[in-house]
Amino acid sequence: MSSSVDTIRGLAEQEYKWGFVTDIAEDRAPKGLNEDIIRLISARKQEPEWMLEWRLNALRHWFRMRREEGEPKWANLTIAPIDYQAISYYSAPKQKPQLENLDQVDPEILRTYEKLGIPLTEQKLLAGVAVDAVFDSVSVATTFKGKLAEMGVIFCSFSEAVQKHPELVKKYLGSVVPHTDNFYAALNAAVFTDGSFVYVPKGVRCPMELSTYFRINAAETGQFERTLIVADEGATVSYLEGCTAPIRDENQLHAAVVELVALDNAQIKYSTVQNWYPGDKEGRGGIYNFVTKRGKCLGVNSKISWTQVETGSAITWKYPSCILQGDNSVGEFYSVALTNNRQQADTGTKMIHIGKNTRSTIVSKGISAGYGQNTYRGQVKIMKSATGARNYTQCDSLLIGDRCGAHTFPYIEVRNATARMEHEASTSKIGENQLFYLRQRGLTAEDAVSMIVNGFCKTVFKELPMEFAVEAQKLLGVSLEGSVG
Amino acid sequence: MALLEIQDLHASVGGHEILKGVNLTLNAGEVHSIMGPNGSGKSTLAQVLARRETYEVTRGRVLFDGKDLLDMQPEEAAREGLFMAFQYPVEIPGIGNAYFLRSALNAIRKHRGQDELDAMDFLPLYKERMKLLEMDDKLMNRAVNEGFSGGEKKRNEILQMTVLEPKLAILDETDSGLDIDALRIVAQGVNAMRSPERAFLVITHYQRLLDYITPDFVHVLVDGKIVRSGGPELALELEDKGYGSAEVDAPEALHA
Repeated sequence: MSSSVDTIRGLAEQEYKWGFVTDIAEDRAPKGLNEDIIRLISARKQEPEWMLEWRLNALRHWFRMRREEGEPKWANLTIAPIDYQAISYYSAPKQKPQLENLDQVDPEILRTYEKLGIPLTEQKLLAGVAVDAVFDSVSVATTFKGKLAEMGVIFCSFSEAVQKHPELVKKYLGSVVPHTDNFYAALNAAVFTDGSFVYVPKGVRCPMELSTYFRINAAETGQFERTLIVADEGATVSYLEGCTAPIRDENQLHAAVVELVALDNAQIKYSTVQNWYPGDKEGRGGIYNFVTKRGKCLGVNSKISWTQVETGSAITWKYPSCILQGDNSVGEFYSVALTNNRQQADTGTKMIHIGKNTRSTIVSKGISAGYGQNTYRGQVKIMKSATGARNYTQCDSLLIGDRCGAHTFPYIEVRNATARMEHEASTSKIGENQLFYLRQRGLTAEDAVSMIVNGFCKTVFKELPMEFAVEAQKLLGVSLEGSVG
Repeated sequence: MALLEIQDLHASVGGHEILKGVNLTLNAGEVHSIMGPNGSGKSTLAQVLARRETYEVTRGRVLFDGKDLLDMQPEEAAREGLFMAFQYPVEIPGIGNAYFLRSALNAIRKHRGQDELDAMDFLPLYKERMKLLEMDDKLMNRAVNEGFSGGEKKRNEILQMTVLEPKLAILDETDSGLDIDALRIVAQGVNAMRSPERAFLVITHYQRLLDYITPDFVHVLVDGKIVRSGGPELALELEDKGYGSAEVDAPEALHA
């Protein structure tokens, strides 16, 4: 038995393949956080006065939170203290400010995205994916803008949206995640440098998957992007998000905010494959991924669906949630979270049922390997007004080896007696008998583990768009790769 | 050269010795049956040959097609052409049966220097073999062994064997838990696979499987040793008189 445990243990070692650094000139703010830095960021982005005020307001609130309570401490995570004054809050590749097409993007950056396999060139039109690429803090290129514009779909960098569509930004920015929501949301609201903005007008089905690729490149910087997606009445959109970062010895902070708004009969599908640098085997370095993602089903019959595959980051603190305000609205959360070596994840969702006959589905698959610690934290809240609400929760944990941990904290709060709640949970270990069975058929121990894990995650993977599902499967395999004897 | 040559094999589990000096030689084209009472070490022998790590080999050597089998990992033995039909087939939730089997076949083909088969190439082969085993099309894309009945699981083992086409197939109590129809179908699969290049080691507690698969040799394993060897008539005799009568004399290798 011990030797098969060793085999499994060997799988806990992995190589990070996206750890290269791109050598480009950058325009970077001095380290530290104060009102002057915020003014600098806002000035660099030539923002209107209202935007600057919004930021300063958030910064003041953040300082207050920091003084009075500090970071949230309720998560099942061990986090080394973060020196917020040692971070540079703005880093942008130096280049011409206005980009009309890809030819004007620094070829070094394009090569980076090529290495990452991001379809940034127009020929990828065939793949039907429109991409917004965020490099460090700034959005460098948005593909297929023209084609989308024909249908009235706005897909651009957040900075551009502030300039060109201020009325939409003003109306929805902070409407789902206000700056007062939590410590990291307040920080993001003050310092966010870019991100993506999507608006799909009434009755339009967005003809292609929209995609953002985030990459942290510069050292000692943070990435604080902000994404806002609004689907107007009857609109449908599917959005993909991927992320990587180079290998660095020190931890880097990523504190993003994503807000989704679905009006009457609108649908938003948001898929993430998160592969930030996880740190080395001993837990040195890696990204602190402290992200607030929330969607509001504002209209009747609206639907918001989150699918996430979280394999990267040293620490993940993330709860993509749905506020089900419109009657008959639907919220979904499908999650695969993998922690290996010294990675920690505290992730889950909140489903807040307000409208009548609102429904939510939660499927969470946690995989722990090495010394990884994986926590599912979920809240299902049925408000008094939510007559006929339903929730189904399934929460499974898979352990690989005997030094990792899986934890589950489901919170259920029901204030309406008509609610129907279902909760299923399981914890299992990859069995020596399963491994032996697959190896007896000719598969290596690594391939066997990868196959078992992929099978375990299948119900989540089938929610991902096809291309992403393939990538996610490969990524799981790589994340579990190691030295099998 | 013999396909499988077991010499003085000793093996233990958790410090407890189960196999106490097994000698056995199989040539290509032969079907051998190992019979014996519960706890005699039949399944242990199968698991050791399939290289399960929970079994520790303390003495002896095993040559498989001229190579040192005891030096191989389970997947290496499999790729060299050793297949074991499990007594208790394992469920792999979420992984389609066809996908799993194609992955296994490709791992073996790659080892042999053959091209890997894509889904389209694989499907006709898979369907044909399912038909041979009278398996329901519904099982085609179900997860490996998940929700299969006991009989379906055993048939699935034989299906895998017919697709992977091993040099040596070890059937570990494949007949246990099978009704007579399933037994007939399983035997049909095995008989269709009999060939001059291939050998079978059929492990069973009961004689009835041997009504359908006629062995060339029958060996009786008692307390970790082969105590008697003979032709198919030995199985009938055991059925008649029980295993007690078998412990008469232990012949050395019955044939060269």
